[in-house]
Amino acid sequence: MSEDFSDNKTIQAQSSETISGGGSGITPDMDYVRPAEVGEQDLYHGHSFITKWIFCQDAKVIGVQYFLLATFTGIIGLILSWLMRLQLGFPGLAPFMTAEHYYQFVTMHGMIMVVYFLTALFLGGFGNYLIPLMVGARDMVFPYLNMVSFWSFFVAVAVLLASFFVPGGPTGSGWTLYPPQAILEGTPGSGWGIMLMCISLILFVAGFTMGGLNYLITVLQARTRGMTLMRMPLTVWGIFTATVLAMLAFPALLVGALMMSLDNVLGTSFFMPTILKAGEVLEYGGGSPILFQHLFWFFGHPEVYIVALPAFGIISDLISVHARKNIFGYRMMVWAIVGIGALSFFVWAHHMYVSGMNPWFGFFFATTTLIIAVPTAMKVYNWILTLWRGNIRLNTVMLWCLGFIVTFVNGGITGIFLGNVSVDVPLSDTYFVIAHFHMVMGIAPLMVIMGAVYHWFPLVAGRFLDEKLGKWHFWLTFLGAYSIYFPMHYLGFIGVPRRYFEMYDSPYVASAVGMNEFISLAAFIVGAAQFILIYNIIKTLKTGKPAGHNPWQACSLEWLTPTVPPEHGNWGDRLPTVHRWAYDYSVPGAKEDFITQTTPPSEVAHTKVEKT
Amino acid sequence: MSDIKIEGYEFKPGFKGMAKDTGSDQTMFKGVHWGKAMMWIFLLSDTFIFSCFLISYMKGRGSTIIDWPNPSEVFGLHVFGVDVPLLLIAIMTFVLITSSGTMALAVKYGYEKNKKMCGWLILATAIGGLTFVGMQAFEWGKLIHEGVRPWENPFGAPQFGSFFFMITGFHGTHVSIGVIFLFIYAYKTFAGHYDEGKRGWFTTMKGDYVEIEILGLYWHFVDLVWVFIFAFFYLW
Repeated sequence: MSEDFSDNKTIQAQSSETISGGGSGITPDMDYVRPAEVGEQDLYHGHSFITKWIFCQDAKVIGVQYFLLATFTGIIGLILSWLMRLQLGFPGLAPFMTAEHYYQFVTMHGMIMVVYFLTALFLGGFGNYLIPLMVGARDMVFPYLNMVSFWSFFVAVAVLLASFFVPGGPTGSGWTLYPPQAILEGTPGSGWGIMLMCISLILFVAGFTMGGLNYLITVLQARTRGMTLMRMPLTVWGIFTATVLAMLAFPALLVGALMMSLDNVLGTSFFMPTILKAGEVLEYGGGSPILFQHLFWFFGHPEVYIVALPAFGIISDLISVHARKNIFGYRMMVWAIVGIGALSFFVWAHHMYVSGMNPWFGFFFATTTLIIAVPTAMKVYNWILTLWRGNIRLNTVMLWCLGFIVTFVNGGITGIFLGNVSVDVPLSDTYFVIAHFHMVMGIAPLMVIMGAVYHWFPLVAGRFLDEKLGKWHFWLTFLGAYSIYFPMHYLGFIGVPRRYFEMYDSPYVASAVGMNEFISLAAFIVGAAQFILIYNIIKTLKTGKPAGHNPWQACSLEWLTPTVPPEHGNWGDRLPTVHRWAYDYSVPGAKEDFITQTTPPSEVAHTKVEKT
Repeated sequence: MSDIKIEGYEFKPGFKGMAKDTGSDQTMFKGVHWGKAMMWIFLLSDTFIFSCFLISYMKGRGSTIIDWPNPSEVFGLHVFGVDVPLLLIAIMTFVLITSSGTMALAVKYGYEKNKKMCGWLILATAIGGLTFVGMQAFEWGKLIHEGVRPWENPFGAPQFGSFFFMITGFHGTHVSIGVIFLFIYAYKTFAGHYDEGKRGWFTTMKGDYVEIEILGLYWHFVDLVWVFIFAFFYLW
């Protein structure tokens, strides 16, 4: 207790439900939090190896399962990107890279990275592990459903990867799967490949719905005593809002995938117009390819925010912990997340400016798209203001955070180019677009994932990751990612089209060849640098520095479990009681520079802590 | 159900009450069972699925250049020497709506712990649903017999067959899943699993009469969706 603040009577600590008289100081009921509304959760404790680690109903294990499987598919996506860059940088060097294979790899890389890697990792991985811990629940509310969710995802991945081994190989229609070419002969994988893709997506959506219901109800109905919505860490807000988006956007993908399968298998013509092929009219006719584009992008644009919102939430927490400051403008951050989520349903057709829409639609969608920049910019300002005059620890986690802010702003600015119809039309289908979305929804969320791994690994495994390896990993990834994507903006400006297998003798070649080689070399290095993390994890699992309780001196609940790593049921005998938000860092007058969420107000009555 | 009392928490009416509940700790929907909240959110998601189907259908029907068949003729029945338009559909709709009524009564008797009435009413609902699915199968058979296929249609636009079989098929799947669960729940009710809180076969969660209400929510939703399909397919 500091003397400077002992005479301060205006601010005092209070619990949410209590108004303690007029005077300052400790009153008997200031720590009161009303009793629990519902009884203890009924948990199934596994005993055998299978029920404990395989068909497990513990959200933490399921989270790790999601994480590992998503990482595995992500590595496949990474290898595919290597093969693509091999072809683009050094055409002809690898004889097995035919045009068909190139398109198949483009498609699988895109779909894997967006859906099976990022979505599964953020929502399935971080969501499962962190939501129950952060809101103070014993587990997800429907553990059985949660287990089925993971295994549906497992089957979805298996079906997706099986398409590499069927006749014709995986689909090569681009990750957007646009009909009619997706199911017409001549496109690689037009028979089996696209069918398995559709089945896999349907399974993914079904599995995700089961998980998503869990996340939503756990946040809405299973918080611990004292945990109000406005005391939740922003990580939970981000994952929660992203889940809402997913529950409303995935239906469009499900319907699109189902109708496409029927077009493919039964010969219906939902998306297939009358087609003349080699002088012959095909049996299709009367369908609308644009309808698929609408369905796809009604899913596809919210999908961008399904990936981005958890990243926003997680990065807010990481920055706050490692800058030892409360997050600047917490409520504004929450409303920005919710606002971005709502707006994301009204912008989908900005992916379709060149599809032949009424120009007024373009005008409408350009306007809504640019409006999203407002809440997004607010968030960026708030991150920077959180850092400003903070007590910054420049560790690996913080490096990833700073890397995220830079790459995200960079990708956001190019987004403003592409959001405007008149600027977008000449830039459509060029490498500028590739650079934009890889920067904003590839590299930026990846930076968050990496930061989050370095941050929460001590919780999951009880040991720190190696800092030195971590810094190598960061700098190689950060500088390497810039080497890959920054030149791509230039390639786009000179008009190099995306999704081309080879440039042949086009006039761009002269200036694009050297740059493509450079980009490819950088891509090989960045890809290889990711294995530093895997090495780091394997190495530190056994030999890393033990982390102990709350190694980062964080305020939020997940660090306050009785055991590290937390056991099934998370909280031992008693659920925690929450008295404040998750961001009481560097409170003037407090003994330490953080006040945990469970610290009762009477213990910090004479500090300058605010009521939250 | 209506008078929820929570220790240490004072309910307020109207919008203020909603704001207070939202801002409070632990739960947002006070006194609402987890499973019930889950079913509501699932149904919201399912609504989006059916909306996507119906909007695609409208787009397909609106942009076809071949004439759409006249539903009164295609879906008419020839009985006792007269052509009655939409006869079968009217009966199907009546049966399904009635089954919603028996479901609602089952929920009521469930909360009164009247095992016998509750079980019979669930069974009645299941039989209603089964009748509906049976009649739908009959209708499909009739249309297929007349030459309507997902990819072609002798009465006009081929998209008619595609959308009809896909959307009614998707809805019929929902009904069938509901019927399966209704039979299971009827068994569980008669066997007294909800009275004694017997644990579920798969989920290992304790049984409770609230499960019947949750299934009821699903059943009413499937009913409501049918009303929309009926309006858009048969009356348009």
